[in-house]
Amino acid sequence: MNYSEKVMDHFINPRNVGEIPDADGVGEVGNAKCGDIMKMYLKIEGNVITDCKFKTFGCGAAVATSSMATEMIKGRTIEEALQLTNKAVMEALDGLPPVKVHCSVLAEQAVKAALTDYYTRQGIDPEPIVGKVPEMEEE
Amino acid sequence: MEKRYIYADNAATTAVSDAVLEEMLPYFKEHYGNPSSIYALGRENERAIIDARARVAKCLGAQPNEIFFTAGGSESDNWAIKGTADRLAAKGKKHIITSVFEHHAVLHTCEFLEKHGFEITYLSVSPEGLIDPADVEKAIREDTALVTIMYANNEIGTVQPIAEIGAICKKHGVLFHTDAVQAVGHVDIDVKAQNIDMLSLSGHKFHAPKGIGALYVRRGIQLPNLIHGGGQESGKRAGTENVPGIIGLAKAIELATENISAKNDRIRPLRDKLIDGILQIDQTRLNGSREQRLATNINISIVGIEGESLLLMLDHYGIQASSGSACTSGSLDPSHVLLSLGLVHEVAHGSLRLSLGEDFTEEDADYILESMPKIVTYLRSMSPMWEKMQQEHIRLNADKTRLVKED
Repeated sequence: MNYSEKVMDHFINPRNVGEIPDADGVGEVGNAKCGDIMKMYLKIEGNVITDCKFKTFGCGAAVATSSMATEMIKGRTIEEALQLTNKAVMEALDGLPPVKVHCSVLAEQAVKAALTDYYTRQGIDPEPIVGKVPEMEEE
Repeated sequence: MEKRYIYADNAATTAVSDAVLEEMLPYFKEHYGNPSSIYALGRENERAIIDARARVAKCLGAQPNEIFFTAGGSESDNWAIKGTADRLAAKGKKHIITSVFEHHAVLHTCEFLEKHGFEITYLSVSPEGLIDPADVEKAIREDTALVTIMYANNEIGTVQPIAEIGAICKKHGVLFHTDAVQAVGHVDIDVKAQNIDMLSLSGHKFHAPKGIGALYVRRGIQLPNLIHGGGQESGKRAGTENVPGIIGLAKAIELATENISAKNDRIRPLRDKLIDGILQIDQTRLNGSREQRLATNINISIVGIEGESLLLMLDHYGIQASSGSACTSGSLDPSHVLLSLGLVHEVAHGSLRLSLGEDFTEEDADYILESMPKIVTYLRSMSPMWEKMQQEHIRLNADKTRLVKED
């Protein structure tokens, strides 16, 4: 697998790995059957994502894209985080092999899933704001 | 712990050995003649090929005129299977028996033939990764053209009962081909004693270069020509011979088939040490029979982590290995071999294959056993799958093929 140096760096030294016990929003996408699960934790104060952590079960690209996604939304507003696209994550990693593009999609979805959870907890219908995030497939 | 560099992917490919390279070198610049040419430079190379053919044949218990040089294992498999299918279809035989966990060179060739009107029986394998010869016998029909069963599995290293299958095929008058790419140099092969009609091998698996292989075809079997052209390889595979490759293959197979049992006796305890050591890690399983197994193969599933991540971390530690995970195969499904053992996807994704070389040492084994628990602990610490397994008490079931909730 021809990974860029940035992908390898984010795989070997992933940023923001872990959990946030009192997170304001938690999102999980992917499933074990397909070999990728990403779980994203957000701490939100006012309108700003003050902290962001992740856990990932998956390949090198899955770990690197989740790591990069957390870096790209930490300290940003919710609106900015909602603008995060898989393409932007890929570009920030200097590209991904074609078979790994879906990992960046998963990273984008993980952020959206966490924000969906955040709005749901606030009693706000998330769909008009976040859009539809694919449900996790259960066995 | 000092970092070591360990190549543990010898089932993928091997380095050309010094002895092989030395024997090949003169054939690049000094002895560059075309073996078909009339002058000495050509005649000498023709003789060298005749000699190499005899050397390869001897290592398999075959006759020289039964050995055809090819570009490798996949070509040999394609030729044997499609060639046999082509010949026997004319006699109304359009049924082939193979197994579900063959190499793709065999499986995809069979699938191709299926689209062209052939019927293929894909035998299932036991949970231990072994084919039951009785299943082969039951599957044989009036119109069976060929049985093709691999000698040793490339992922899990299980060695199939080839002599028994050969005897059954002989009894029923059905041709028997075996893909022995992973077996040559690891087990003693005698094509006559084992009733093998055709056998594929690949040089780069035993220290010859990439791009050279051979197909053994028992005398009397008429395979159609693979490449039309000049008279090379009895006119069956035309094209100017890969002289250095052929010379290298002959040397490599001689070295590989020398003292096989002594070499296996040295490496097997290291294999077992690695298997036992890695199985100490919680929620792991050995894939494939422990007894009917290549002395160099280790294949273990480690639940809660994904194979490619494991390989990248191992590489970071200096250990080169392979996996049957979907991510390393470029498809969405994990290895068909692991699935054929009855493993669910979740268990198959975290697989690791180590294939040891002759130079593998006790220190190498110790280093791998020191590194593995650290890597697994680290990857599990960031795995939501592992987290869920811990929280909900999900564990491997009794036969370790799937995950169940403990009561």
